[in-house]
Amino acid sequence: MPRSTEIVGEKTNSTGLIIHRIIAYVVLVLLVIISLFPFYLLIINATRGRSQAGIRWYPDHFLATNFKNLFSGSTAVAYGSVWRSLANSLFISACASLLSVYFSALTAYATHVYQFKLRKFADMFILIVMMVPTQASAIGFYQFMNKLGWTDTYIPLIVPAIAAPATYYFMKQYMASALPLEIVEAARIDGCGEFKTFNRIVTPILKPAFAVQIIFTFVTNWNNYFMPRLILSTKEKYTIPLVLNAMRYAGPQEKDVGMFSLYIVLAILPVVIVYLCLSKFIIRGVALGSVKG
Amino acid sequence: MANLKKVLAGSLSLCLAASMFTACGSSDSSSTSDAKGGSTSKAGDGTGINKDADRQDTSKLHGVDSSEESKKTLTIYCWNTEFKSRLDKYYPQGTSNELTYNELDDGSKEIATINGVKINWVQVENEGNAYQTKLDEALKGQQDSTEKVDMFLMEADYALKYANGDVALSIQDLGITDDDMSEMYQYTKDVATDTATGELKGVSWQATPGLFLYNTKIAEDVLGTSDPDQVQEAVKDWDTFTATAQKMADKGYKMVSGFDDTYRCFSNNMSSPWVTDDKITIDPQIKAWVDQTKEYTDKGYNNKTSLWDDAWAAGQKIDGGVFGYFFSTWGIPFTLLPNTVDEEIKADGSNAKEGNGGYGLWKACSGPQAYYWGGTWICGAIDSDNQDIVADIMKVMTCNKDVAKAITEGEQDYTNNKAAIKELIDGGYTNAFLGGQDHLALLTEAADKISLENKLSAYDQGCNEKFQGAMKDYFLGNVDSYEAALENFKKNITDLYGNLTCDF
Amino acid sequence: MKRKSISYAKWGYIFLIPFFVVYIIFSLYPLFQTFYYSFTDYVKDQGSIGGGWTRQAVEVTPTFCGFENYQTIFTSGSDLLQSFWNTIIMWIVGFIPQIVISLILAVWFTDLRLKIKAQGFFKAVIYLPNVIMASAFAFLFYSLFSRGGAIYDLIKIPLLESVWGSRGVVGLINFILWYGNTTILLMAAIMGVDTSLYESAQIDGATSSQTFWKITIPLIKPIMSYVLVTSLIGGLQMYDVPALLTKDMGNPDGKLKTVVMIIQANKQGDIGKASALCVIIFIVSAVIGLALMFASADHDGKKKKKKRG
Repeated sequence: MPRSTEIVGEKTNSTGLIIHRIIAYVVLVLLVIISLFPFYLLIINATRGRSQAGIRWYPDHFLATNFKNLFSGSTAVAYGSVWRSLANSLFISACASLLSVYFSALTAYATHVYQFKLRKFADMFILIVMMVPTQASAIGFYQFMNKLGWTDTYIPLIVPAIAAPATYYFMKQYMASALPLEIVEAARIDGCGEFKTFNRIVTPILKPAFAVQIIFTFVTNWNNYFMPRLILSTKEKYTIPLVLNAMRYAGPQEKDVGMFSLYIVLAILPVVIVYLCLSKFIIRGVALGSVKG
Repeated sequence: MANLKKVLAGSLSLCLAASMFTACGSSDSSSTSDAKGGSTSKAGDGTGINKDADRQDTSKLHGVDSSEESKKTLTIYCWNTEFKSRLDKYYPQGTSNELTYNELDDGSKEIATINGVKINWVQVENEGNAYQTKLDEALKGQQDSTEKVDMFLMEADYALKYANGDVALSIQDLGITDDDMSEMYQYTKDVATDTATGELKGVSWQATPGLFLYNTKIAEDVLGTSDPDQVQEAVKDWDTFTATAQKMADKGYKMVSGFDDTYRCFSNNMSSPWVTDDKITIDPQIKAWVDQTKEYTDKGYNNKTSLWDDAWAAGQKIDGGVFGYFFSTWGIPFTLLPNTVDEEIKADGSNAKEGNGGYGLWKACSGPQAYYWGGTWICGAIDSDNQDIVADIMKVMTCNKDVAKAITEGEQDYTNNKAAIKELIDGGYTNAFLGGQDHLALLTEAADKISLENKLSAYDQGCNEKFQGAMKDYFLGNVDSYEAALENFKKNITDLYGNLTCDF
Repeated sequence: MKRKSISYAKWGYIFLIPFFVVYIIFSLYPLFQTFYYSFTDYVKDQGSIGGGWTRQAVEVTPTFCGFENYQTIFTSGSDLLQSFWNTIIMWIVGFIPQIVISLILAVWFTDLRLKIKAQGFFKAVIYLPNVIMASAFAFLFYSLFSRGGAIYDLIKIPLLESVWGSRGVVGLINFILWYGNTTILLMAAIMGVDTSLYESAQIDGATSSQTFWKITIPLIKPIMSYVLVTSLIGGLQMYDVPALLTKDMGNPDGKLKTVVMIIQANKQGDIGKASALCVIIFIVSAVIGLALMFASADHDGKKKKKKRG
């Protein structure tokens, strides 16, 4: 974030600044340690043996065994296949996040660009429902899905992503700062249809916002335990958190913390990699979306 | 049997008509309540179908026919891999059915098909009631579904729900006779008996009597002996047990690890079940556990741990400072052994010998009260489309003496077959992990003493869990009084079981 | 900007259709159903199972019972108020350090004189814990803080056995999970402040703390209130961390029990009561939401909401 004011900064009292800077770095390093600490523990414990009690602090030599056990046929039968769960989670999270960003953008586009009677109402309505906790409708949700025969399918896990009030608001903010109405006007003058305008001209402008929301929605769905637990019952359809929980609550005869830790590491690895690659992009995107233009 | 069926034909067709009627009325599965007030009374109220004349043959098909796929699949509901591993290993030894196998990557084999029917294991974790929720859903929908559940497993803590619920096949309808089951322990039958009709609905391949396992080093140090008979003298009843606990404390040891260790001894000896007529009562035995544990905690006889926690497990190291643990059959090889050794037991068993941590340094004695802990019962699901295989599995796994013997030898399970156990004892059985002790004899003694008559309710799992959880606060001093802890239990248990009230 | 409105108005409605159709099916209708159940006597007996060959009806139909469920919840023997209080306290314990640290970090990151190096690295790392599942966190921290755990061995205090100790651990987990997210939001707000304000403040010889209190804080107030409210609403739904840490019991002495934990406990038995609790959560959240709207009339200042503990 280059600023025009860097020259001003150079004029300041240096001793105070150095102390200030030292404090800042110390605190930051501490926070980095705290933040990475859970990752460290998970990775170390992925190398532990089955019967060792307690959390391990130093690496052991059971990583290969744990790998073998995790991907063995008996683990798949007991808790659900690891590959399968990764694929299922990937599918659900990818579909949900794509639907979520596209339709949220479309909805935000509607209230941003068009003037119509219920525009204010729609906007207000979505803001209010943003406050409704998912828990509040969970009981009715399950019963209704059951009635429709949609339990144990991915429909209730993917389709609701279309109506994501929080993503809507982010998109709306982003449009306010990055989508001048002149562009839409110009497209219309060129004879471009409304739908085509949105797909061809608007969505490319929204790309950074899409990136941010895709990763956020992806992580949320990737880690979601509550809904899949409510809806899914066939092991072949299990997502990562379901398999994880099955492992976590295995009886004393078969509990294997090493294997469990290894699975967590494998399950968060893809998200961490994607996040680290995109982090610059994401932080900038958050900034753009949340700052009034 | 055949005659009976003929006699039944008339009443049966009536029943079928009735069920078809309700089936139409409740095509929407969420409103099965339509059938309420029908001719059948609720099982468990004592007025159920008692007489043979009214007896429904449970092996008949009651709902829609199953799909071809379902007929070729044996679906088994379970919450862990224990039964599967037993089945894979020992079923082939006793069956004449044709089997095919899958090779597993660890070199072992699993059964793929029985008589061409492939096995489909549905494993759901027990935590948070998940297993029961999923199983209930499947069983309730069983009649209207073309994909049938064939078999399911259950635990004693909630067995009555399924035994009384018309969702399990009667063992007699599967063609298993009393004679076949003559070597089983009575308590294992009590657990799975329909209280309304007296019919047996489930069988178990194991009995799970419990013992008191003690650290021989500490026994030598404090009691001057590690001989099981003499140590038993020091723990023979609760008064002596407490006196010994004081001796342990004087030398800086803990008698038991935590709060829950002695719980099963008390709860198995209740005079009435947790719940009768939808009312929860606190049995004097349960209260006795509370008083004793509070005393032990205040006097430092325990380490204030909770079951399965790291600190609880740490006490099982040979220098862990805890004198003894209550374990039933399976707890010894599955929990105590891995927790006490320093080096994980290798697959070839080369380091399964004295010198590896506490291996060979724990011994067993009967303890103050006979109890059992755990166990798994096998049930056939109503409308199963593979009843012959279900029956054969039950017969081989639970009634066959040779298979039972093999399981005990191979897995250290205490099998539910008195004759098999007796043969092993007579054959000079010893357990290397327990320093060459023959603990089967002790287990037999304990198993004979267990009676579960009028001790079970369908709500035991929740009651035990929530009660122990609430009392922990009392033991730790987080609440001022037993009454306050009881009040917390009341809230938790009525939240969990909304239909129950409390009698305290 | 004046818009050519009328001829395009119908497109506004058309573009809104997917959102509203999906919302009505998957959220609004279930919500109404929950409202309906909250006025019914609907108790399932978990000790018996229906179906089977007798087709016994163990499942009861919900029967209308007026405000009975609400009465039960608000009268004696209920722990709703206590659990409400617990939820708020645990939220505060996590939120205060979160907002303080996040604010400090945001200021440092944007401070022109400080010029923090490796900002990209720091920003990425502090956000990272957010990708770990709460259940993995709860598992790790339970093992660390319970008796026999590493931290217990270090400090010799069984934190999870005392009310404030365990609330503190819940707060700590929520802090680690969410402070990176909050930092990024606040940073964005600070960067949105017109830089010329800082320049002139510096030229006028304002100290860092003067700049912070006189310029930064007033200008980022809207986003602070946004962070506060979304975090509070997320906090009201707090469930997995305390539930996993206390094995669903909410102990010591029920002081870690949250409202959603009660809903979860009742969900399989007393559906009427569980629904009534859902409705109460809904009302409380809606009131807070509306308060936010009226507090800052210009709700264009609203930012994205993310569920947070």
